[in-house]
Amino acid sequence: MRRFWIGALCAMAIMGTTSAQAARKQVAKPAAQTAPAPAAEAKDAATLEFEKFRAEMEDSNPAELFEMKGAELWKARRGPKDVALAESCDLGQGVGKIEGAYVRMPRYFADADAVMDAERRIVWCMVEKQGFKFDDIAKTPFANENFTPDITNLVTYVAGHSRNMKIAVPLGEPRVREAYEIGKEIAAYRAGPYDFSCSTCHSVDGKRIRMQNLPNLNTPQGAMSGVQGWPGYRMTGGVMLTHQWRMGDCFRQQRFPQPKYASDAIAYLLTYMIGNANGQVYKGPGIKR
Amino acid sequence: MTKNILLAAMAAPLLMASQPAAADADYRAKAIATIRKDFQPRGQASLDRLAEDGLQAVCNRSGNKPPKYLAERMEADQLAGIRFPADGRLMGDWKEGEKIAQSGRGFTWTDDPGLPVGGNCYNCHQISPRETAFGTIGPSLFQFGKLRGNSPEIQKYTYSRIYNSKSFNLCSEMPRFGHIGALDEKQIKNLVALLLDPESPVNK
Ligand code: HEC
Ligand code: HEC
Repeated sequence: MRRFWIGALCAMAIMGTTSAQAARKQVAKPAAQTAPAPAAEAKDAATLEFEKFRAEMEDSNPAELFEMKGAELWKARRGPKDVALAESCDLGQGVGKIEGAYVRMPRYFADADAVMDAERRIVWCMVEKQGFKFDDIAKTPFANENFTPDITNLVTYVAGHSRNMKIAVPLGEPRVREAYEIGKEIAAYRAGPYDFSCSTCHSVDGKRIRMQNLPNLNTPQGAMSGVQGWPGYRMTGGVMLTHQWRMGDCFRQQRFPQPKYASDAIAYLLTYMIGNANGQVYKGPGIKR
Repeated sequence: MTKNILLAAMAAPLLMASQPAAADADYRAKAIATIRKDFQPRGQASLDRLAEDGLQAVCNRSGNKPPKYLAERMEADQLAGIRFPADGRLMGDWKEGEKIAQSGRGFTWTDDPGLPVGGNCYNCHQISPRETAFGTIGPSLFQFGKLRGNSPEIQKYTYSRIYNSKSFNLCSEMPRFGHIGALDEKQIKNLVALLLDPESPVNK
Protein backbone atom coordinates (compact mmCIF):
# COMPACT_ATOMS: atom_id res chain seq x y z
CA MET A 1 0.00 0.00 0.00
CA ARG A 2 2.72 2.38 1.02
CA ARG A 3 4.60 1.69 -2.19
CA PHE A 4 1.42 2.23 -4.12
CA TRP A 5 1.14 5.76 -2.76
CA ILE A 6 4.75 6.51 -3.40
CA GLY A 7 4.26 5.31 -6.95
CA ALA A 8 1.16 7.43 -7.32
CA LEU A 9 2.93 10.48 -6.04
CA CYS A 10 5.90 9.93 -8.32
CA ALA A 11 3.47 9.78 -11.21
CA MET A 12 2.00 13.07 -10.14
CA ALA A 13 5.42 14.58 -9.87
CA ILE A 14 6.46 13.70 -13.38
CA MET A 15 3.14 14.78 -14.78
CA GLY A 16 3.69 18.37 -13.84
CA THR A 17 0.96 20.90 -13.27
CA THR A 18 -1.96 19.33 -15.11
CA SER A 19 -2.25 16.69 -12.44
CA ALA A 20 -1.69 18.90 -9.45
CA GLN A 21 -5.37 18.90 -8.60
CA ALA A 22 -5.56 15.17 -8.81
CA ALA A 23 -2.50 14.97 -6.61
CA ARG A 24 -4.12 17.12 -3.97
CA LYS A 25 -7.19 14.96 -4.02
CA GLN A 26 -5.11 11.83 -3.59
CA VAL A 27 -3.04 13.15 -0.73
CA ALA A 28 -6.00 14.64 1.10
CA LYS A 29 -7.76 11.31 1.18
CA PRO A 30 -6.61 9.13 4.09
CA ALA A 31 -5.35 5.92 2.55
CA ALA A 32 -6.28 3.53 5.31
CA GLN A 33 -9.86 4.56 5.95
CA THR A 34 -11.56 1.69 4.20
CA ALA A 35 -11.02 -1.83 5.37
CA PRO A 36 -14.37 -3.35 6.22
CA ALA A 37 -13.58 -7.06 6.07
CA PRO A 38 -14.00 -7.50 2.32
CA ALA A 39 -16.12 -10.41 1.22
CA ALA A 40 -14.36 -13.22 -0.58
CA GLU A 41 -15.29 -11.95 -4.02
CA ALA A 42 -15.06 -8.24 -3.24
CA LYS A 43 -12.15 -6.22 -4.54
CA ASP A 44 -9.47 -5.48 -1.98
CA ALA A 45 -8.70 -1.93 -0.91
CA ALA A 46 -5.59 -1.68 -3.09
CA THR A 47 -7.55 -2.68 -6.19
CA LEU A 48 -10.23 -0.08 -5.51
CA GLU A 49 -7.64 2.63 -4.93
CA PHE A 50 -5.91 1.62 -8.13
CA GLU A 51 -9.09 1.78 -10.17
CA LYS A 52 -9.88 5.19 -8.79
CA PHE A 53 -6.41 6.39 -9.60
CA ARG A 54 -6.55 5.01 -13.11
CA ALA A 55 -9.87 6.74 -13.73
CA GLU A 56 -8.36 10.04 -12.66
CA MET A 57 -5.34 9.45 -14.85
CA GLU A 58 -7.34 8.65 -17.94
CA ASP A 59 -6.84 12.07 -19.56
CA SER A 60 -3.18 12.34 -18.66
CA ASN A 61 -1.66 8.89 -18.94
CA PRO A 62 1.84 8.80 -17.39
CA ALA A 63 2.95 6.61 -20.31
CA GLU A 64 2.83 9.73 -22.50
CA LEU A 65 5.87 11.16 -20.77
CA PHE A 66 7.85 8.09 -21.75
CA GLU A 67 6.48 8.26 -25.26
CA MET A 68 7.78 11.80 -25.55
CA LYS A 69 11.25 10.75 -24.48
CA GLY A 70 11.05 7.83 -26.88
CA ALA A 71 10.14 10.17 -29.74
CA GLU A 72 13.31 12.19 -29.17
CA LEU A 73 15.41 9.04 -29.00
CA TRP A 74 13.84 7.65 -32.16
CA LYS A 75 14.63 10.78 -34.16
CA ALA A 76 18.08 11.59 -32.74
CA ARG A 77 21.34 10.51 -34.35
CA ARG A 78 22.89 8.26 -31.75
CA GLY A 79 25.38 5.49 -31.10
CA PRO A 80 28.87 4.87 -32.46
CA LYS A 81 27.49 5.05 -36.01
CA ASP A 82 25.66 8.31 -35.35
CA VAL A 83 22.51 7.20 -37.10
CA ALA A 84 18.87 7.83 -36.24
CA LEU A 85 16.48 4.90 -35.89
CA ALA A 86 13.96 7.02 -37.80
CA GLU A 87 16.20 6.80 -40.86
CA SER A 88 17.47 3.24 -40.47
CA CYS A 89 15.15 0.99 -38.50
CA ASP A 90 12.49 -1.11 -40.23
CA LEU A 91 9.85 -2.41 -37.84
CA GLY A 92 8.12 -4.29 -40.60
CA GLN A 93 6.24 -1.35 -42.15
CA GLY A 94 9.19 0.22 -43.97
CA VAL A 95 12.21 2.13 -42.71
CA GLY A 96 11.29 4.65 -40.03
CA LYS A 97 7.57 3.84 -40.19
CA ILE A 98 6.03 3.21 -36.81
CA GLU A 99 2.31 3.66 -37.47
CA GLY A 100 0.69 0.30 -36.58
CA ALA A 101 4.04 -1.46 -36.26
CA TYR A 102 3.58 -2.53 -32.63
CA VAL A 103 0.31 -4.41 -33.18
CA ARG A 104 1.84 -6.27 -36.15
CA MET A 105 4.67 -7.78 -34.14
CA PRO A 106 6.06 -10.29 -33.37
CA ARG A 107 6.86 -10.93 -37.02
CA TYR A 108 9.61 -12.53 -39.06
CA PHE A 109 12.49 -10.28 -40.17
CA ALA A 110 14.56 -11.70 -43.00
CA ASP A 111 17.53 -9.38 -42.34
CA ALA A 112 17.88 -10.85 -38.85
CA ASP A 113 16.52 -14.27 -39.83
CA ALA A 114 14.45 -14.29 -36.65
CA VAL A 115 10.98 -13.79 -35.29
CA MET A 116 11.06 -10.63 -33.21
CA ASP A 117 8.73 -8.84 -30.84
CA ALA A 118 8.80 -5.03 -30.87
CA GLU A 119 11.37 -4.65 -28.11
CA ARG A 120 13.69 -7.25 -29.57
CA ARG A 121 13.47 -5.61 -32.99
CA ILE A 122 14.30 -2.15 -31.67
CA VAL A 123 17.27 -3.58 -29.76
CA TRP A 124 18.37 -5.24 -32.99
CA CYS A 125 18.23 -1.90 -34.78
CA MET A 126 20.17 -0.18 -31.99
CA VAL A 127 22.90 -2.80 -32.31
CA GLU A 128 22.99 -3.27 -36.09
CA LYS A 129 22.21 0.25 -37.26
CA GLN A 130 23.48 2.48 -34.47
CA GLY A 131 26.36 0.32 -33.31
CA PHE A 132 25.41 -0.05 -29.66
CA LYS A 133 26.63 -3.19 -27.91
CA PHE A 134 23.96 -5.76 -27.16
CA ASP A 135 25.55 -6.68 -23.83
CA ASP A 136 25.45 -3.08 -22.68
CA ILE A 137 21.73 -2.85 -23.41
CA ALA A 138 21.04 -6.27 -21.88
CA LYS A 139 22.90 -5.38 -18.67
CA THR A 140 20.08 -3.12 -17.41
CA PRO A 141 17.18 -3.71 -19.79
CA PHE A 142 14.37 -2.74 -17.40
CA ALA A 143 13.45 0.34 -15.41
CA ASN A 144 13.91 0.71 -11.69
CA GLU A 145 12.99 3.53 -9.34
CA ASN A 146 15.93 5.69 -10.39
CA PHE A 147 16.42 4.79 -13.99
CA THR A 148 14.50 4.18 -17.22
CA PRO A 149 16.51 2.62 -20.05
CA ASP A 150 16.31 4.22 -23.50
CA ILE A 151 14.88 1.01 -24.92
CA THR A 152 11.85 1.28 -22.60
CA ASN A 153 11.13 4.81 -23.83
CA LEU A 154 11.55 3.68 -27.43
CA VAL A 155 9.18 0.72 -27.06
CA THR A 156 6.61 2.94 -25.37
CA TYR A 157 6.88 5.47 -28.19
CA VAL A 158 6.44 2.83 -30.85
CA ALA A 159 3.55 1.19 -28.95
CA GLY A 160 1.83 4.59 -28.68
CA HIS A 161 1.62 4.69 -32.48
CA SER A 162 -0.58 1.61 -32.49
CA ARG A 163 -3.23 3.11 -30.24
CA ASN A 164 -6.75 1.91 -31.03
CA MET A 165 -5.54 -0.48 -33.71
CA LYS A 166 -6.31 -4.16 -33.97
CA ILE A 167 -3.72 -6.74 -33.02
CA ALA A 168 -2.58 -8.41 -36.24
CA VAL A 169 0.31 -10.81 -35.67
CA PRO A 170 0.94 -12.35 -39.13
CA LEU A 171 0.32 -15.95 -38.08
CA GLY A 172 -0.07 -16.95 -41.71
CA GLU A 173 3.67 -16.61 -42.30
CA PRO A 174 5.29 -20.02 -41.78
CA ARG A 175 8.10 -18.79 -39.52
CA VAL A 176 5.65 -16.87 -37.34
CA ARG A 177 3.34 -19.85 -37.21
CA GLU A 178 6.21 -22.04 -36.10
CA ALA A 179 7.18 -19.49 -33.41
CA TYR A 180 3.56 -19.54 -32.24
CA GLU A 181 3.53 -23.32 -31.93
CA ILE A 182 6.85 -23.40 -30.09
CA GLY A 183 5.62 -20.61 -27.81
CA LYS A 184 2.56 -22.66 -27.03
CA GLU A 185 4.77 -25.54 -25.92
CA ILE A 186 6.95 -23.22 -23.84
CA ALA A 187 3.83 -21.95 -22.07
CA ALA A 188 2.84 -25.51 -21.17
CA TYR A 189 6.29 -26.72 -20.09
CA ARG A 190 6.32 -27.78 -16.44
CA ALA A 191 9.59 -27.96 -14.57
CA GLY A 192 11.39 -26.55 -11.57
CA PRO A 193 10.90 -27.15 -7.85
CA TYR A 194 7.14 -26.47 -7.94
CA ASP A 195 6.34 -28.23 -11.25
CA PHE A 196 4.90 -24.95 -12.56
CA SER A 197 4.34 -23.81 -16.14
CA CYS A 198 2.63 -20.65 -17.40
CA SER A 199 -0.47 -22.83 -17.72
CA THR A 200 -0.50 -23.59 -13.98
CA CYS A 201 -1.58 -20.02 -13.40
CA HIS A 202 -2.98 -18.93 -16.76
CA SER A 203 -5.00 -21.68 -18.44
CA VAL A 204 -8.39 -21.50 -16.75
CA ASP A 205 -10.87 -18.60 -16.74
CA GLY A 206 -11.63 -16.69 -13.56
CA LYS A 207 -8.78 -17.92 -11.34
CA ARG A 208 -6.76 -15.81 -8.92
CA ILE A 209 -3.54 -15.93 -6.93
CA ARG A 210 -4.43 -14.23 -3.67
CA MET A 211 -6.51 -11.30 -4.99
CA GLN A 212 -4.76 -10.96 -8.34
CA ASN A 213 -6.76 -12.04 -11.33
CA LEU A 214 -5.03 -14.45 -13.67
CA PRO A 215 -5.86 -14.08 -17.35
CA ASN A 216 -6.38 -17.31 -19.29
CA LEU A 217 -3.77 -16.81 -21.99
CA ASN A 218 -5.21 -19.55 -24.18
CA THR A 219 -8.35 -17.55 -24.93
CA PRO A 220 -8.61 -14.40 -27.09
CA GLN A 221 -9.95 -12.27 -24.22
CA GLY A 222 -7.48 -13.63 -21.69
CA ALA A 223 -4.55 -13.18 -24.04
CA MET A 224 -5.72 -9.63 -24.75
CA SER A 225 -5.67 -8.77 -21.07
CA GLY A 226 -2.09 -10.00 -21.08
CA VAL A 227 -1.36 -7.53 -23.90
CA GLN A 228 -3.55 -4.55 -22.96
CA GLY A 229 -1.79 -1.79 -21.12
CA TRP A 230 1.75 -3.02 -21.87
CA PRO A 231 4.17 -1.35 -21.89
CA GLY A 232 2.69 -0.16 -18.62
CA TYR A 233 3.39 2.37 -15.95
CA ARG A 234 3.44 0.18 -12.87
CA MET A 235 2.10 1.67 -9.68
CA THR A 236 4.18 -0.75 -7.64
CA GLY A 237 7.53 0.98 -7.72
CA GLY A 238 6.37 3.74 -10.04
CA VAL A 239 8.20 2.58 -13.16
CA MET A 240 7.51 1.99 -16.83
CA LEU A 241 7.83 -1.69 -17.73
CA THR A 242 7.61 -3.66 -20.95
CA HIS A 243 6.27 -7.02 -22.08
CA GLN A 244 9.80 -8.44 -21.93
CA TRP A 245 9.83 -7.55 -18.24
CA ARG A 246 6.41 -9.07 -17.63
CA MET A 247 7.48 -12.39 -19.15
CA GLY A 248 10.62 -12.43 -17.03
CA ASP A 249 8.76 -11.68 -13.83
CA CYS A 250 6.33 -14.51 -14.50
CA PHE A 251 9.23 -16.92 -15.03
CA ARG A 252 10.50 -15.69 -11.67
CA GLN A 253 7.16 -16.58 -10.09
CA GLN A 254 7.36 -19.88 -11.89
CA ARG A 255 10.63 -20.48 -9.98
CA PHE A 256 12.51 -20.80 -13.26
CA PRO A 257 15.90 -19.24 -13.94
CA GLN A 258 15.90 -15.95 -15.80
CA PRO A 259 15.07 -15.80 -19.50
CA LYS A 260 17.73 -14.03 -21.53
CA TYR A 261 16.75 -10.56 -22.65
CA ALA A 262 15.38 -10.26 -26.18
CA SER A 263 15.80 -14.00 -26.79
CA ASP A 264 13.97 -16.47 -29.01
CA ALA A 265 12.24 -17.96 -25.98
CA ILE A 266 10.52 -14.68 -25.11
CA ALA A 267 9.79 -13.83 -28.75
CA TYR A 268 8.07 -17.22 -29.20
CA LEU A 269 6.10 -16.90 -25.98
CA LEU A 270 4.97 -13.42 -27.01
CA THR A 271 4.06 -14.69 -30.48
CA TYR A 272 1.79 -17.24 -28.84
CA MET A 273 0.21 -14.81 -26.41
CA ILE A 274 -0.16 -11.78 -28.68
CA GLY A 275 -1.17 -14.02 -31.59
CA ASN A 276 -4.04 -15.34 -29.47
CA ALA A 277 -5.20 -11.74 -29.08
CA ASN A 278 -5.38 -11.14 -32.86
CA GLY A 279 -8.33 -9.03 -33.95
CA GLN A 280 -8.78 -7.19 -30.67
CA VAL A 281 -8.19 -3.50 -30.21
CA TYR A 282 -5.01 -2.33 -28.49
CA LYS A 283 -5.53 0.82 -26.49
CA GLY A 284 -1.88 1.80 -26.18
CA PRO A 285 0.62 1.97 -23.34
CA GLY A 286 -1.20 2.13 -20.03
CA ILE A 287 -1.14 1.84 -16.28
CA LYS A 288 -0.62 -1.37 -14.40
CA ARG A 289 -0.96 -2.22 -10.79
CA MET B 1 14.34 -39.97 -8.24
CA THR B 2 16.35 -42.40 -10.35
CA LYS B 3 13.38 -44.69 -10.25
CA ASN B 4 11.30 -41.88 -11.69
CA ILE B 5 13.65 -41.31 -14.55
CA LEU B 6 13.66 -45.00 -15.36
CA LEU B 7 9.90 -45.05 -15.35
CA ALA B 8 9.79 -42.06 -17.62
CA ALA B 9 12.22 -43.68 -20.01
CA MET B 10 10.06 -46.77 -20.09
CA ALA B 11 6.95 -44.68 -20.48
CA ALA B 12 8.22 -42.54 -23.34
CA PRO B 13 7.69 -45.07 -26.14
CA LEU B 14 4.35 -46.07 -24.67
CA LEU B 15 3.24 -42.48 -24.63
CA MET B 16 4.37 -41.93 -28.19
CA ALA B 17 1.79 -44.42 -29.35
CA SER B 18 -1.02 -42.29 -27.95
CA GLN B 19 0.35 -38.99 -29.26
CA PRO B 20 -1.90 -37.18 -31.70
CA ALA B 21 0.48 -35.66 -34.24
CA ALA B 22 4.18 -35.88 -34.85
CA ALA B 23 4.18 -32.09 -35.30
CA ASP B 24 3.36 -31.54 -31.63
CA ALA B 25 6.35 -33.58 -30.51
CA ASP B 26 8.50 -31.68 -32.98
CA TYR B 27 7.43 -28.29 -31.59
CA ARG B 28 7.96 -29.59 -28.07
CA ALA B 29 11.48 -30.66 -28.92
CA LYS B 30 12.12 -27.20 -30.35
CA ALA B 31 10.59 -25.58 -27.27
CA ILE B 32 12.88 -27.56 -24.99
CA ALA B 33 15.93 -26.71 -27.11
CA THR B 34 14.94 -23.03 -27.02
CA ILE B 35 14.46 -23.09 -23.25
CA ARG B 36 17.86 -24.71 -22.80
CA LYS B 37 19.71 -22.07 -24.74
CA ASP B 38 17.75 -18.98 -23.67
CA PHE B 39 17.90 -18.99 -19.88
CA GLN B 40 20.58 -17.85 -17.49
CA PRO B 41 21.06 -18.70 -13.82
CA ARG B 42 20.07 -15.99 -11.37
CA GLY B 43 20.20 -16.04 -7.57
CA GLN B 44 19.27 -19.49 -6.37
CA ALA B 45 17.47 -20.32 -9.64
CA SER B 46 20.08 -22.46 -11.36
CA LEU B 47 19.80 -23.92 -14.85
CA ASP B 48 19.22 -27.47 -13.61
CA ARG B 49 15.67 -26.34 -12.82
CA LEU B 50 14.93 -26.39 -16.55
CA ALA B 51 15.34 -30.17 -16.77
CA GLU B 52 12.22 -32.28 -16.37
CA ASP B 53 12.16 -35.07 -13.85
CA GLY B 54 10.33 -38.25 -14.85
CA LEU B 55 6.96 -37.11 -13.60
CA GLN B 56 7.19 -33.71 -15.24
CA ALA B 57 8.26 -35.38 -18.49
CA VAL B 58 5.20 -37.63 -18.49
CA CYS B 59 2.83 -34.74 -17.66
CA ASN B 60 4.41 -32.51 -20.30
CA ARG B 61 4.16 -35.21 -22.93
CA SER B 62 0.58 -36.12 -22.23
CA GLY B 63 -0.90 -32.65 -21.84
CA ASN B 64 -1.30 -33.50 -18.12
CA LYS B 65 -3.53 -36.44 -19.03
CA PRO B 66 -1.33 -39.52 -18.77
CA PRO B 67 -2.85 -42.89 -19.63
CA LYS B 68 -4.52 -44.44 -16.60
CA TYR B 69 -2.26 -47.46 -16.19
CA LEU B 70 0.80 -45.22 -16.20
CA ALA B 71 -0.69 -42.61 -13.89
CA GLU B 72 -1.64 -45.28 -11.35
CA ARG B 73 1.78 -46.78 -11.40
CA MET B 74 3.62 -43.51 -11.05
CA GLU B 75 1.23 -42.21 -8.38
CA ALA B 76 1.98 -45.35 -6.36
CA ASP B 77 5.67 -44.63 -6.81
CA GLN B 78 5.22 -41.07 -5.52
CA LEU B 79 3.15 -42.32 -2.59
CA ALA B 80 5.82 -44.84 -1.66
CA GLY B 81 8.32 -42.02 -1.36
CA ILE B 82 6.44 -40.23 1.43
CA ARG B 83 8.17 -40.39 4.81
CA PHE B 84 5.92 -40.18 7.82
CA PRO B 85 7.05 -38.92 11.25
CA ALA B 86 8.76 -41.61 13.34
CA ASP B 87 6.56 -40.91 16.36
CA GLY B 88 3.42 -41.48 14.33
CA ARG B 89 1.91 -38.10 15.28
CA LEU B 90 0.64 -36.15 12.28
CA MET B 91 -0.96 -33.10 13.89
CA GLY B 92 1.10 -30.18 15.17
CA ASP B 93 0.24 -26.61 16.08
CA TRP B 94 -2.39 -24.94 13.87
CA LYS B 95 -1.18 -21.43 14.81
CA GLU B 96 2.24 -22.20 13.36
CA GLY B 97 0.51 -23.83 10.40
CA GLU B 98 -1.35 -20.60 9.66
CA LYS B 99 1.94 -18.70 9.46
CA ILE B 100 3.37 -21.22 7.01
CA ALA B 101 0.19 -21.12 4.92
CA GLN B 102 0.41 -17.32 4.75
CA SER B 103 3.98 -17.09 3.54
CA GLY B 104 4.56 -17.10 -0.19
CA ARG B 105 8.31 -16.92 0.09
CA GLY B 106 10.65 -19.37 -1.50
CA PHE B 107 12.61 -20.55 -4.55
CA THR B 108 12.35 -17.46 -6.75
CA TRP B 109 15.55 -15.80 -7.93
CA THR B 110 14.81 -12.86 -5.62
CA ASP B 111 14.32 -15.02 -2.51
CA ASP B 112 17.19 -15.32 -0.04
CA PRO B 113 18.01 -19.03 -0.08
CA GLY B 114 19.04 -18.79 3.57
CA LEU B 115 15.50 -17.99 4.73
CA PRO B 116 12.84 -20.65 5.34
CA VAL B 117 10.32 -21.08 2.53
CA GLY B 118 6.59 -20.66 3.01
CA GLY B 119 3.73 -22.93 1.98
CA ASN B 120 2.11 -20.55 -0.54
CA CYS B 121 -1.16 -22.17 0.48
CA TYR B 122 -3.28 -19.00 0.38
CA ASN B 123 -2.01 -18.32 -3.13
CA CYS B 124 -4.23 -21.16 -4.27
CA HIS B 125 -6.70 -22.04 -1.47
CA GLN B 126 -9.31 -20.50 0.74
CA ILE B 127 -8.42 -21.79 4.22
CA SER B 128 -9.17 -19.77 7.37
CA PRO B 129 -12.21 -17.47 7.09
CA ARG B 130 -10.12 -14.68 8.60
CA GLU B 131 -7.97 -14.48 5.46
CA THR B 132 -10.03 -13.05 2.62
CA ALA B 133 -7.18 -12.54 0.14
CA PHE B 134 -6.96 -16.10 -1.09
CA GLY B 135 -6.40 -17.57 -4.52
CA THR B 136 -8.64 -20.02 -6.34
CA ILE B 137 -6.35 -22.33 -8.30
CA GLY B 138 -7.07 -25.07 -5.74
CA PRO B 139 -10.37 -25.98 -4.03
CA SER B 140 -11.53 -24.23 -0.86
CA LEU B 141 -10.20 -25.91 2.28
CA PHE B 142 -12.50 -23.96 4.61
CA GLN B 143 -14.04 -26.40 7.13
CA PHE B 144 -11.85 -29.16 5.78
CA GLY B 145 -11.72 -30.94 9.16
CA LYS B 146 -15.30 -30.18 10.04
CA LEU B 147 -16.46 -31.88 6.87
CA ARG B 148 -14.06 -34.80 6.90
CA GLY B 149 -13.29 -35.33 10.59
CA ASN B 150 -9.79 -35.98 11.82
CA SER B 151 -9.57 -39.74 11.90
CA PRO B 152 -6.13 -41.31 11.47
CA GLU B 153 -6.96 -41.97 7.80
CA ILE B 154 -7.86 -38.35 7.15
CA GLN B 155 -4.72 -37.20 8.96
CA LYS B 156 -2.64 -39.52 6.83
CA TYR B 157 -4.33 -38.36 3.65
CA THR B 158 -3.84 -34.69 4.52
CA TYR B 159 -0.21 -35.18 5.47
CA SER B 160 0.39 -37.08 2.24
CA ARG B 161 -1.41 -34.49 0.09
CA ILE B 162 0.85 -31.75 1.37
CA TYR B 163 3.95 -33.93 1.23
CA ASN B 164 3.28 -35.02 -2.34
CA SER B 165 0.03 -34.10 -4.04
CA LYS B 166 1.13 -36.06 -7.10
CA SER B 167 0.54 -39.29 -5.17
CA PHE B 168 -3.17 -38.76 -5.73
CA ASN B 169 -3.26 -36.99 -9.05
CA LEU B 170 -0.11 -37.44 -11.09
CA CYS B 171 -0.29 -34.08 -12.84
CA SER B 172 -1.80 -32.12 -9.95
CA GLU B 173 -1.12 -28.38 -10.12
CA MET B 174 -0.10 -28.43 -6.46
CA PRO B 175 3.64 -28.53 -5.67
CA ARG B 176 5.21 -31.53 -3.92
CA PHE B 177 6.24 -29.73 -0.76
CA GLY B 178 7.67 -32.65 1.22
CA HIS B 179 9.06 -34.55 -1.76
CA ILE B 180 11.25 -31.65 -2.87
CA GLY B 181 12.23 -30.72 0.68
CA ALA B 182 10.47 -27.34 0.66
CA LEU B 183 8.60 -28.09 3.89
CA ASP B 184 9.90 -30.36 6.65
CA GLU B 185 8.02 -32.83 8.78
CA LYS B 186 7.25 -30.36 11.54
CA GLN B 187 5.91 -27.74 9.14
CA ILE B 188 3.68 -30.27 7.40
CA LYS B 189 2.32 -31.42 10.78
CA ASN B 190 1.47 -27.83 11.63
CA LEU B 191 -0.37 -27.48 8.32
CA VAL B 192 -2.28 -30.70 8.98
CA ALA B 193 -3.35 -29.20 12.30
CA LEU B 194 -4.44 -25.99 10.57
CA LEU B 195 -6.75 -28.05 8.37
CA LEU B 196 -7.92 -30.68 10.88
CA ASP B 197 -7.65 -29.44 14.47
CA PRO B 198 -11.15 -28.69 15.81
CA GLU B 199 -9.65 -25.60 17.50
CA SER B 200 -8.36 -24.21 14.21
CA PRO B 201 -10.43 -21.29 12.81
CA VAL B 202 -10.75 -23.38 9.65
CA ASN B 203 -13.17 -25.66 11.50
CA LYS B 204 -15.04 -23.19 13.68
C1 HEC C 1 2.94 -19.04 -9.90
C2 HEC C 1 2.02 -18.27 -10.65
C3 HEC C 1 2.33 -17.75 -12.04
C4 HEC C 1 2.99 -18.36 -13.08
C5 HEC C 1 3.62 -19.74 -13.10
C6 HEC C 1 2.93 -17.44 -14.19
N1 HEC C 1 2.26 -16.31 -13.84
FE1 HEC C 1 1.75 -14.74 -15.06
N2 HEC C 1 0.91 -13.78 -13.47
C7 HEC C 1 0.83 -14.27 -12.18
C8 HEC C 1 0.24 -13.28 -11.31
C9 HEC C 1 -0.02 -13.44 -9.82
C10 HEC C 1 -0.03 -12.16 -12.13
C11 HEC C 1 -0.69 -10.86 -11.68
C12 HEC C 1 0.07 -9.66 -11.94
C13 HEC C 1 1.20 -9.31 -11.02
O1 HEC C 1 1.99 -10.15 -10.58
O2 HEC C 1 1.32 -8.12 -10.76
C14 HEC C 1 0.41 -12.50 -13.48
C15 HEC C 1 0.31 -11.66 -14.60
C16 HEC C 1 0.66 -12.00 -15.88
C17 HEC C 1 0.49 -11.14 -17.04
C18 HEC C 1 -0.06 -9.72 -17.04
C19 HEC C 1 -1.52 -9.68 -16.98
C20 HEC C 1 -2.05 -8.27 -16.97
O3 HEC C 1 -3.17 -8.08 -16.50
O4 HEC C 1 -1.38 -7.36 -17.42
C21 HEC C 1 0.95 -11.84 -18.12
C22 HEC C 1 0.97 -11.35 -19.56
C23 HEC C 1 1.41 -13.13 -17.64
N3 HEC C 1 1.22 -13.19 -16.27
C24 HEC C 1 1.97 -14.12 -18.42
C25 HEC C 1 2.59 -15.27 -17.91
C26 HEC C 1 3.40 -16.17 -18.71
C27 HEC C 1 3.66 -16.05 -20.19
C28 HEC C 1 3.85 -17.15 -17.86
C29 HEC C 1 4.84 -18.24 -18.11
C30 HEC C 1 6.15 -17.83 -18.45
C31 HEC C 1 3.29 -16.88 -16.55
N4 HEC C 1 2.55 -15.72 -16.62
C32 HEC C 1 3.50 -17.68 -15.44
C33 HEC C 1 1.19 -15.53 -11.76
C34 HEC C 1 1.89 -16.45 -12.52
C1 HEC D 1 -0.22 -23.76 -7.15
C2 HEC D 1 -1.40 -24.14 -6.50
C3 HEC D 1 -1.43 -24.79 -5.14
C4 HEC D 1 -0.69 -24.53 -4.01
C5 HEC D 1 0.42 -23.52 -3.84
C6 HEC D 1 -1.20 -25.39 -2.99
N1 HEC D 1 -2.21 -26.17 -3.48
FE1 HEC D 1 -3.29 -27.55 -2.44
N2 HEC D 1 -4.27 -28.08 -4.18
C7 HEC D 1 -4.15 -27.44 -5.38
C8 HEC D 1 -5.04 -28.06 -6.34
C9 HEC D 1 -5.22 -27.65 -7.80
C10 HEC D 1 -5.72 -29.10 -5.64
C11 HEC D 1 -6.80 -30.01 -6.21
C12 HEC D 1 -6.39 -31.43 -6.31
C13 HEC D 1 -5.38 -31.72 -7.38
O1 HEC D 1 -5.37 -31.10 -8.44
O2 HEC D 1 -4.59 -32.61 -7.16
C14 HEC D 1 -5.20 -29.08 -4.28
C15 HEC D 1 -5.62 -29.95 -3.26
C16 HEC D 1 -5.26 -29.84 -1.93
C17 HEC D 1 -5.77 -30.69 -0.87
C18 HEC D 1 -6.77 -31.83 -1.05
C19 HEC D 1 -8.16 -31.30 -1.08
C20 HEC D 1 -9.20 -32.40 -1.06
O3 HEC D 1 -10.36 -32.04 -1.30
O4 HEC D 1 -8.89 -33.55 -0.82
C21 HEC D 1 -5.20 -30.27 0.30
C22 HEC D 1 -5.43 -30.84 1.68
C23 HEC D 1 -4.33 -29.17 -0.04
N3 HEC D 1 -4.39 -28.92 -1.41
C24 HEC D 1 -3.57 -28.44 0.88
C25 HEC D 1 -2.61 -27.48 0.54
C26 HEC D 1 -1.70 -26.86 1.48
C27 HEC D 1 -1.71 -27.10 2.98
C28 HEC D 1 -0.89 -26.05 0.77
C29 HEC D 1 0.30 -25.24 1.23
C30 HEC D 1 1.35 -25.93 1.86
C31 HEC D 1 -1.32 -26.12 -0.64
N4 HEC D 1 -2.36 -27.01 -0.72
C32 HEC D 1 -0.74 -25.40 -1.67
C33 HEC D 1 -3.31 -26.39 -5.67
C34 HEC D 1 -2.37 -25.83 -4.80
